[in-house]
Amino acid sequence: MKTAVFDERKGQIHRKGEQPFQMTCDKDSLAGAVSQRACVFCGSRVVLYPIADALHLVHGPIGCAAYTWDIRGALSSGPALHRLSFSTDLQEQDVIFGGEQKLERALLELIERHDPKAAFVYSTCIVGIIGDDLEAVCKRVSKETGIPVLPVQSEGFKGNKRAGYNAACKAMFSLMGTGDTSEISRLSVNILGDFNLAGEIWIIREYFERMGLQVVANITGDGRVADIRRAHGAGLNVVQCSGSTMDLAHMMNEAYGTPFMRVSYFGVEDMAESLYKVARFFLELDPEILDRTKALVKEELDRMYPELLRYRRDLEGKKAAIYVGGAFKAFSLVKAFRIIGMDVVLVGSQTGTEEDYRELSEITDEGTIIVDDSNPLELSAFLQEKDVDIFVGGVKERPIAFKLGVGFCDHNHERKEALEGFVGMVNFAREVHASVTSPVWRFVPRKAGKRELLRNADRRGGQAK
Amino acid sequence: MKTNAAPYVSTTNACKLCKPLGACLAFRGIEGAVPYLHGSQGCATYMRRYIISHFREPMDIASSSLGEKHAVYGGGPNLKLGIRNVMTKYRAGLIGIATTCLTETIGDDVPGIVAEFKREFSDLLNQHGDPEIVTVATPSYSGSHMEGFHAAVKASVKQLAQAGPKHQGVGLFPGFVSPADIRYLKEVLDDFGISATILPDISLTLDGPALDEYEKVPRGGTPVEEIKSLGGAKAAIEFGRTLSKNVTAGGLLEEEYDVPLHSLGTPIGLRESDCFFSVLEEISGRAIPERHALERGRLIDSFVDGHKYVAGKRAVVYGEADLVVGLTSFLAEIGIKPVLCATGSRTGRFEQSIHAVLDEFDIELPVIRDGMDFYEIAEEAEELHPDLLVGNSKGYHLARRWNVPLIRVGFPIHDRFGGHRTLHVGYRGAQSIFDSVVNALIERKQEQSPVGYTYI
Repeated sequence: MKTAVFDERKGQIHRKGEQPFQMTCDKDSLAGAVSQRACVFCGSRVVLYPIADALHLVHGPIGCAAYTWDIRGALSSGPALHRLSFSTDLQEQDVIFGGEQKLERALLELIERHDPKAAFVYSTCIVGIIGDDLEAVCKRVSKETGIPVLPVQSEGFKGNKRAGYNAACKAMFSLMGTGDTSEISRLSVNILGDFNLAGEIWIIREYFERMGLQVVANITGDGRVADIRRAHGAGLNVVQCSGSTMDLAHMMNEAYGTPFMRVSYFGVEDMAESLYKVARFFLELDPEILDRTKALVKEELDRMYPELLRYRRDLEGKKAAIYVGGAFKAFSLVKAFRIIGMDVVLVGSQTGTEEDYRELSEITDEGTIIVDDSNPLELSAFLQEKDVDIFVGGVKERPIAFKLGVGFCDHNHERKEALEGFVGMVNFAREVHASVTSPVWRFVPRKAGKRELLRNADRRGGQAK
Repeated sequence: MKTNAAPYVSTTNACKLCKPLGACLAFRGIEGAVPYLHGSQGCATYMRRYIISHFREPMDIASSSLGEKHAVYGGGPNLKLGIRNVMTKYRAGLIGIATTCLTETIGDDVPGIVAEFKREFSDLLNQHGDPEIVTVATPSYSGSHMEGFHAAVKASVKQLAQAGPKHQGVGLFPGFVSPADIRYLKEVLDDFGISATILPDISLTLDGPALDEYEKVPRGGTPVEEIKSLGGAKAAIEFGRTLSKNVTAGGLLEEEYDVPLHSLGTPIGLRESDCFFSVLEEISGRAIPERHALERGRLIDSFVDGHKYVAGKRAVVYGEADLVVGLTSFLAEIGIKPVLCATGSRTGRFEQSIHAVLDEFDIELPVIRDGMDFYEIAEEAEELHPDLLVGNSKGYHLARRWNVPLIRVGFPIHDRFGGHRTLHVGYRGAQSIFDSVVNALIERKQEQSPVGYTYI
């Protein structure tokens, strides 16, 4: 089984309890290792994509735009320009003579056609190589059209997804400080790092509003350019997917003094603790906010617990594996599985830091495998070794589980089920339960084995012993 | 009639994919092969995700995972490291290396680097059974996924096939059809007693059984030894009316090894299938086996039974050029009017191919467009008031907007289950698509009826 691991990657795998914690991470993916990671462009695209009244133009050959067309389940309550896929579809001529002219004409054409509130222009690998001056083109078009046109420096090869997050944050930050903040209450927040998959940000907004807080900007789920322009007026930045938007929180803190805090909306404990943290922050301004928050949490828990306990009865003692993009989500998932009685035996991420993995090592049980930047060979070997009942990941992880006859839950950006908030925890438990308890596993080779199939055939033939 | 699309500079919702994706799909159909993209990590990951969503199967694509310094100093070292890793971990029988826009533009000489690799690592190569390495140039800024697909098939034949003893085997290059199509083609060839090498063969590699051990490289695919022996084949058959011989594997075999080539349309519908079966009769010297003659007879019988449900309906057809040509041919022969035939790529032979398959019918010619995206398809089609759409999942939003059925065929099918089990070709494929079309129209009629009939 250990033959699945590349020698160069041994330091990126830790088995809790076997040795003192030590983990190599934050390095480039090994060539030939079929990493589950994407690229810089992907990082920028996924963060900015849900801003629904902006134009998102991918400057590059067609693939980069085609593979990210409406890829997320990010919902909008109004405009839905983000769901279209725009590209300059660079051709050989453009590569030879430069693509600036094509980019400029494409921008003018699309801005006229769709009348967006801003435009984001993403650079891809090839743009970095041919050296198109994105900034100059964007500046010219901005002047001509009167809307902000923002270059996003996201050449695929210039680092990993994190570099893309940073480029996205820079682009958004340049929008800030340009909107009117006079109507904003001091009791107000921006929601950072939530992408409104399956309408999740609406759940979270409602919690904050019930607590008595004004939500200024969603960054970026169900996002609007005008909200982002005045986001610097909010009292607090609440940062969920910290990998993607913590940079923005830092920039805003430095420039506008906006305080920030890290939260998570997944699972019962983390969700409740996140709301309490925000309430405690505003306690001086609003002494009753904590009571209102407690009442909110109690009401939600009362509603969800009976159903959760029903699932727990069937799931107690089953084994779970987690492989997700960001490590912070993995923390919440480990706790969420504990609530439904399941043991996490494998946990990994594409981009965790040493500190992230150390924390994972602290909160997991003995023997748990912790892995950085994994690949199908390792993941499949781990699933078999640990005889896992459910694997949590994204679309690329799904066939690894299903091929081996293991249950699966999609916790990536393509899912269409809300998994955040208290209601999301119930949805998560329901989905895990539905997969783990499905009758189909008894037929897969991993469980059934050929012998049993033959035995059944004998029985049907009336020759049972 | 205009043949060029409106001169938009921008592309909105592309009706095509990029060149390396096609190459990866083609390599996946060779036994023991691991597709490998020479570029940055994102390309491999995005394409894997896209392909997995359709096939619901593992799709491992290795990458040389280039970073900034490689973009500046060249990707050679990482390309070699990656090949070594794929060899040792995947035990690949063949590594199919396709370039990306990045490595084409920085000018990496991939065949040269591979040759260096072979010199430097000859011991390692021997130790691992000396896997074949096939390379293909697939810059994404020139051509679509279909050009990449055909280029990879041709490169495999060019780099592997040898002049050898003549044999009775036949090479079949089916283009990008479904695993179900390949399984069907095998059955047909078997029934004619023809021993065939189908390249690529994704029937098992992208539609495999449940397993208890993860297969590093899925079983199935065209055996490399068979590709090598194609130089001595008795004949070759190639599907795709829009393909010119100078870009295809069949053309290469004819040119370099004098293998007689039968270039046919993708056998979708009755007449294009008839052409295919008659070529099989010619090659095998046998009459059509009875079970296929019966399938043909039943197909015509069903055309008659169903003709009134479809008569005069107007269809928009879009997708890969050769698929669209086949579907257009089929729709016309059952009495549906193709009103717009659109493809995202520019093949240069799209329009004449559509004309050729419509030639015998006295119908108004459809609007024919290549280089289209879905914005342009919508703009053209809106005026044409179609009753149905025929194409891949990506046209769903148009079907929804116009409230007409979408018959899902081709690739990708991201919003339905079993897209890769869709049968398109031969009499049986025509039967299956015909039933889908008729039933979709009946269902629409029921939905729109104020009463709702159960006899219809």
